[in-house]
Amino acid sequence: MAGDEPSRRRNDRALDEDVPMPRQDPKERVKNFKEVALGYTEEMAVAEARRCLKCKSPQCQKGCPVEVPIPQFIDCIVQGRYEEGIALIKSKNALPAVCGRVCPQEQQCQMNCVRGKRGDPVNIGRLERFLADWEREHGVRVPERPAATGRRVAIIGAGPSGLTAASDLARLGHGVTLFEALHVAGGVLMYGIPEFRLPKEIVQREVEYVQSLGVDLRLGNVIGRIATIPELLEQGYDAVYIASGAGLPQWTGCPGENLGGIYSANEFLIRANLMKAYRFPETDTPLRIGKHVVVIGGGNVAMDCARISMRLGAKVCLNYRRSRNELPARREEIENAEEEGLTCNFLNAPAEFYGDEKGWVRAMRCTCMELTEPDERGRTGVRPIACSDFEMETDTVIVAIGQTPNPIIQRTTEGLRTNPRNGTIIVDEDGRTNLEGVFAGGDVATGAATVISAMGAGKRTARAIHEYLTTGPRGDRT
Amino acid sequence: MYRIVAKERLAYKHTLFTVEAPDIAAKARPGQFLIVVPKEGGERVPLSLCAYDQEAGTVSFAFHEVGRTTKELGTLQEGEGLFNVTGPLGNPSEVRRYGRVLCIGGGIMIAPALLQARALKEAGNEVITILACRSAEFLFKREEAERVSDRVLIASDDGTVGERGLDFLTDLLAKDRIDRCTVIGPVVMMKRVCELTRPFAVPTIVSLTPIMIDGMGMCGACRVTVGDRMLFGCVDGPEFDGHRTNFDELIKRQRSMLPEERLSSMLWEHKGGCACGRR
Ligand SMILES: Cc1cc2nc3c(=O)[nH]c(=O)nc-3n(C[C@H](O)[C@H](O)[C@H](O)COP(=O)(O)OP(=O)(O)OC[C@H]3O[C@@H](n4cnc5c(N)ncnc54)[C@H](O)[C@@H]3O)c2cc1C
Ligand SMILES: Cc1cc2nc3c(=O)[nH]c(=O)nc-3n(C[C@H](O)[C@H](O)[C@H](O)COP(=O)(O)OP(=O)(O)OC[C@H]3O[C@@H](n4cnc5c(N)ncnc54)[C@H](O)[C@@H]3O)c2cc1C
Ligand code: SF4
Ligand code: SF4
Ligand code: FES
Repeated sequence: MAGDEPSRRRNDRALDEDVPMPRQDPKERVKNFKEVALGYTEEMAVAEARRCLKCKSPQCQKGCPVEVPIPQFIDCIVQGRYEEGIALIKSKNALPAVCGRVCPQEQQCQMNCVRGKRGDPVNIGRLERFLADWEREHGVRVPERPAATGRRVAIIGAGPSGLTAASDLARLGHGVTLFEALHVAGGVLMYGIPEFRLPKEIVQREVEYVQSLGVDLRLGNVIGRIATIPELLEQGYDAVYIASGAGLPQWTGCPGENLGGIYSANEFLIRANLMKAYRFPETDTPLRIGKHVVVIGGGNVAMDCARISMRLGAKVCLNYRRSRNELPARREEIENAEEEGLTCNFLNAPAEFYGDEKGWVRAMRCTCMELTEPDERGRTGVRPIACSDFEMETDTVIVAIGQTPNPIIQRTTEGLRTNPRNGTIIVDEDGRTNLEGVFAGGDVATGAATVISAMGAGKRTARAIHEYLTTGPRGDRT
Repeated sequence: MYRIVAKERLAYKHTLFTVEAPDIAAKARPGQFLIVVPKEGGERVPLSLCAYDQEAGTVSFAFHEVGRTTKELGTLQEGEGLFNVTGPLGNPSEVRRYGRVLCIGGGIMIAPALLQARALKEAGNEVITILACRSAEFLFKREEAERVSDRVLIASDDGTVGERGLDFLTDLLAKDRIDRCTVIGPVVMMKRVCELTRPFAVPTIVSLTPIMIDGMGMCGACRVTVGDRMLFGCVDGPEFDGHRTNFDELIKRQRSMLPEERLSSMLWEHKGGCACGRR
């Protein structure tokens, strides 16, 4: 039942090829929510690991935002010293089972791999996943806890950034309380990325690992409501790290957007992933989906919504403003989605939604777009083509056109400096905000980005918080 | 785990729980709500606060057993635990000295309405509380209402107790000067009250109950149209200016998962979930 990977350069046999990832067959997998990529076997992992040239100055490592010692851990695989290999990764990356699966490796570590010049780069992510999965099967070792420093840190948000900072600070002996608004920890890893790309069991194991370091996890605690940041500081926390992500959905603003059947990507994903509505009515939270789903957007979030919809039995069309070349989603995800039956409809934008007598969406009107010169940031522009509107029938629309930070914290923290354009919190390179003892990082500071960059921010900020707790504040402030 | 320290039967299928949640009790204010997840993997249901006690570290909420999750909640007993209670969510009610205020609670929402009545009274208002119910057997907390208000009026849909329907409000509003009206109850009732207060230009505050999931501004399931703006029930509300609220849209949106909700509830009962014997 293993399906082949989409061919990249398979016709040119002279090229240096990697070990393909066994995957569920597309026809099979669109009917289930099981993981698509099945993972390397030991033989595959060793074969792939042998391709690494153990470069003296490894280019790959420069592309990894948390500087995983790549050639060293790969060498451990070649030698069969898996335990040592995973320890090496974990010295830099607290969530390897997650990163090995969802990092955009082709733009990070693997982009620079020297083997990539003549063929496929070494599949660093898959090897990382192999070791993490090996460890999970063979029992996770918990590092010893250092003596307590007596300092306390409050971390807001148990997504990848908050979890990373929590584990680093706990390992330095600080008392860490991790406040999470939802009833489950993991952030986007739990509510956003679907089960078939990242099994939730794996995320929960990583969360348990962080808790095993002594982190006090408080679920269902919305900071800004149950306590504000100034109140946390009054309660005796010496520092606060805001890692609350970018969870506020954006809307098209078109008439009819409040009709039934029109979901924000977040609502759709939260129902499907966090509340497991794909198993409804076995689970309690429903997700109503029709036969003709239109997903508006072109990023990873849009792809995930589309792929979930197909698994729920719908025909799915992706409407994107620009053309295929500008699709921001990962290539691999686009290929996966198209194999599963996704239709893409480029160069159009929604203009209006029409409902039936019960207030459920039945059709939408779109305007055709054309590409224009790139703007100052290098993004290709688009403009509507006059008199080009067309209608399409649909009974479910998912709006996946981006997220900005949730403003609850910003609204309840007086004086905290934010970017008026998108609500992100302004920080320096070490995550310091303009307020004493208050740090921020991850999507809340950068806008929607990647798991590993959020973790990188968590690591850097943990270092800065440690410095703040042990040597006092530095003078400079953003 | 959030332990249920008291379970009170208010009426048939109307239940009040008091649960241990000291951190929430310390911050709770009238007008806010909680999100309750009864068991691991369960649904998140928003329920209004109807009491809090900082010293005892408890909060209370009342629920009408209408669907799968509220029915399941109803089977829990004192001493048992809830998987998660999140709160306090939403903005507290604006409580100032307005003069003479009407505080209307309908159905199960009589319970949270009394919390508001008490706060309005403490702020120095003359409070007229109206308890609206389906019929006599669904009337509860009448004595408490008497204690926290200057006057109590009763209305029922079928006239088995008090006035029949809410049309009497027109006479009341014509006779007495009313400075403000707050109403919390079924959406159709809130809509009706707004129609009745509109001609008298009495500021009318409604507590909306759109479908919610996270309750903190992430999903947008709770979006409502007030005036010409799209707002989120959970973070911009739950209270809004009733005269500017688009109730028809809200009613449609609330019903958008109806077939699924019915299915879920039926399956649960079919499996013997209702546990009537345990009561
Ligand atoms: C559908 C989807 C697919 C994605 N796919 C990929 C991918 O394949 N690869 C990749 O690298 N990246 C991907 N991303 C992006 C990546 O998931 C995010 O960049 C990353 O999760 C950001 O981490 P974070 O810790 O900053 O925030 P989040 O993961 O958003 O976590 C923030 C946490 O804070 C909590 N919170 C918010 N407000 C409060 C509050 N007031 N009090 C307490 N807690 C609060 C939230 O509930 C949440 O749990 C994807 C994102 C989405 C939505
Ligand atoms: C901010 C807010 C505060 C709320 N406060 C309370 C509260 O204090 N007490 C309370 O009981 N409910 C309250 N609700 C409504 C409550 O959240 C729903 O009743 C609950 O989600 C139902 O969940 P369920 O799974 O049991 O039923 P569902 O499966 O969600 O619904 C089952 C059926 O009941 C119908 N239904 C839903 N609500 C009602 C209702 N109130 N009366 C009659 N039929 C209904 C639905 O349309 C559906 O047909 C509040 C809602 C919000 C948004
Ligand atoms: S963490 Fe991500 S970027 Fe770094 S080595 Fe692993 S897969 Fe590559
Ligand atoms: S650049 Fe490629 S070949 Fe060189 S060490 Fe890194 S993974 Fe190995
Ligand atoms: S309930 Fe999700 S945004 Fe309000």
